[in-house]
Amino acid sequence: MIRSKNAGPFELTFDIMFEDAATYERVKRSGAVSRDAVAARFGLPPERVKFFFCDNALAVKASIPRPVFQGDLTDSDGHGGQQYAPLMEIEVP
Amino acid sequence: MNEMRVLSPTGVLGSGFVESSFERALASRPHFIGCDAGSTDPGPSHLGSGQPAFPRVAVKRDLRLMLLGARGLGVPLLIGSAGTAGADFHLDWTFNIAQEIAREEKLSFRLALIHAEQSKEFLNQRLREGRIKPLDPAPAFDGAVIDRGEHFVGMMGAEPFLRALDAGADVVIAGRSSDTAIFAGLPMREGFPAGLAWHAAKILECGAAAVVKRKTPDCMMAFIRDDHFEVEAPDPDLRCTPQSIAAHSLYENADPYFLRESSGTLDLTASTYHAVDPRRVRVAGSQFDPADIYTVKLEGAEKVGYQSIVIGSVRDPFIVRQIDDWTARLHARIHARVKQIYGDALTHGQYHLTIRIYGKNGTMGALEPVKETAAHELCLIIEATAPTQEIASSIAGIVRHQALHLPIPEWSGLITALPPISIAGRSTASTSTTWSSPMTRTRCSRWSSMRSTAPASPPCRPFLAADKRRCNQMQIMCPTLKRALPEDFGLLLLRAIRPPNWRD
Repeated sequence: MIRSKNAGPFELTFDIMFEDAATYERVKRSGAVSRDAVAARFGLPPERVKFFFCDNALAVKASIPRPVFQGDLTDSDGHGGQQYAPLMEIEVP
Repeated sequence: MNEMRVLSPTGVLGSGFVESSFERALASRPHFIGCDAGSTDPGPSHLGSGQPAFPRVAVKRDLRLMLLGARGLGVPLLIGSAGTAGADFHLDWTFNIAQEIAREEKLSFRLALIHAEQSKEFLNQRLREGRIKPLDPAPAFDGAVIDRGEHFVGMMGAEPFLRALDAGADVVIAGRSSDTAIFAGLPMREGFPAGLAWHAAKILECGAAAVVKRKTPDCMMAFIRDDHFEVEAPDPDLRCTPQSIAAHSLYENADPYFLRESSGTLDLTASTYHAVDPRRVRVAGSQFDPADIYTVKLEGAEKVGYQSIVIGSVRDPFIVRQIDDWTARLHARIHARVKQIYGDALTHGQYHLTIRIYGKNGTMGALEPVKETAAHELCLIIEATAPTQEIASSIAGIVRHQALHLPIPEWSGLITALPPISIAGRSTASTSTTWSSPMTRTRCSRWSSMRSTAPASPPCRPFLAADKRRCNQMQIMCPTLKRALPEDFGLLLLRAIRPPNWRD
């Protein structure tokens, strides 16, 4: 499962969660899902991306600053719930 | 006590829960019931306008069952972040619902209201003392932010809940609270380790969200013991697994391992998760690192303006293909027309136009990596934001007409480009109009953390005695004591709710 959500009004957070340990390990080892990969997908310098592998949750997590704060005039997704689609394009070899 | 049982009926008061799950949970005799009633998720307008996010009838249904359940068992009921944003208006709104239920059900209990709204004078004073600083990545916080704000709330920790219970409350309705603070205080008070108490609280505050497959919003139970806690959803169809519980700490947190609270930081780096059975998980190893300085997170909302909205759609492939140019020209046309009408009375910076193009980048805006749309039709939502509803509606009227006939090079003659399907706000005229109440737009003002006066002392003082005066007419006793606290939470009111026929 891939999802996104506000982490407070000023940050967006992404969770990539796996059903089984083998798939998670394969993705983790591949290096395809990384801080740099997330940064590239959202046009950010890598140092603006918080990035974690969460082994016990079989999940990868990344957080980025919101480009527009929640509720600001041009904010287009109040909950930040539909911002993950670019992560679905990452190809794992 | 060797086990503390905690029931969270649902993730948000008003979102609902299954009554049979709740009954099952009550049968396991929880020591208290807690429920979060708010969030910043629905956006800053709730704090700015005072409107709760959930319908009153929905909150009343949930609160009725919780009050009956808690009073039936004789255990505390703790509600945090009342009415979505937890400002005074929201607290009163929730209090009013509780009164109504008490009257209808002939319930008798003592209720504490904990206020979280912060006055501008108090915030200015704290600012002058250098005790407010913006949280990263929130923008700068200064006196102008305070001046512009509609309402500010301070997010309380676990201490005010405990103080209210100490003061004799059976039911606590609190303003803005950390979700976890609702659940963490009582287990710590009973001597259970803070790391376990806060971690269990983090899982409980979302109700059944941490199960493998949540069907609907529902109940969750935690069983807190000396060196571990267990979680289980009362609905026998719902399963918690080590992975589902571990994964829950990721949810809506920027950092999955360190969760910041007023009084310290929950550290999950050493947490372990084991299946007790296919539905129940045991958690151990969670740590809590107390902070040197007690901090209170401030949330504020400022009014940005009034809005009117035009919704329309385009199907012409020429327009779809050049939609960015078309909307840029529309922008320019509208600004020119506004200037013609208002002259210097309304400058460019005093109003704002937002054009959202659904089918292209309406959802992701600047983050959208797909630059060329493959859609054959597009929906446009054009928002006019202005200092008054009248001006916003006037601009929406201009938008409607300019968008309707904005030409493209491919066609000559008068075209009908963007027939509006809806104009909301107070619209001037349209072929198909929906009306809504005037809309205000509120922006998240600033979040910042505020140091409280004394790190060692909890930020709220209790009231010690309940007024025993009798109320003949209504079920409410007058507030026993009411005074501004020198600390970070405005007021704590302790009230007794009694049915009409109650006698001392």
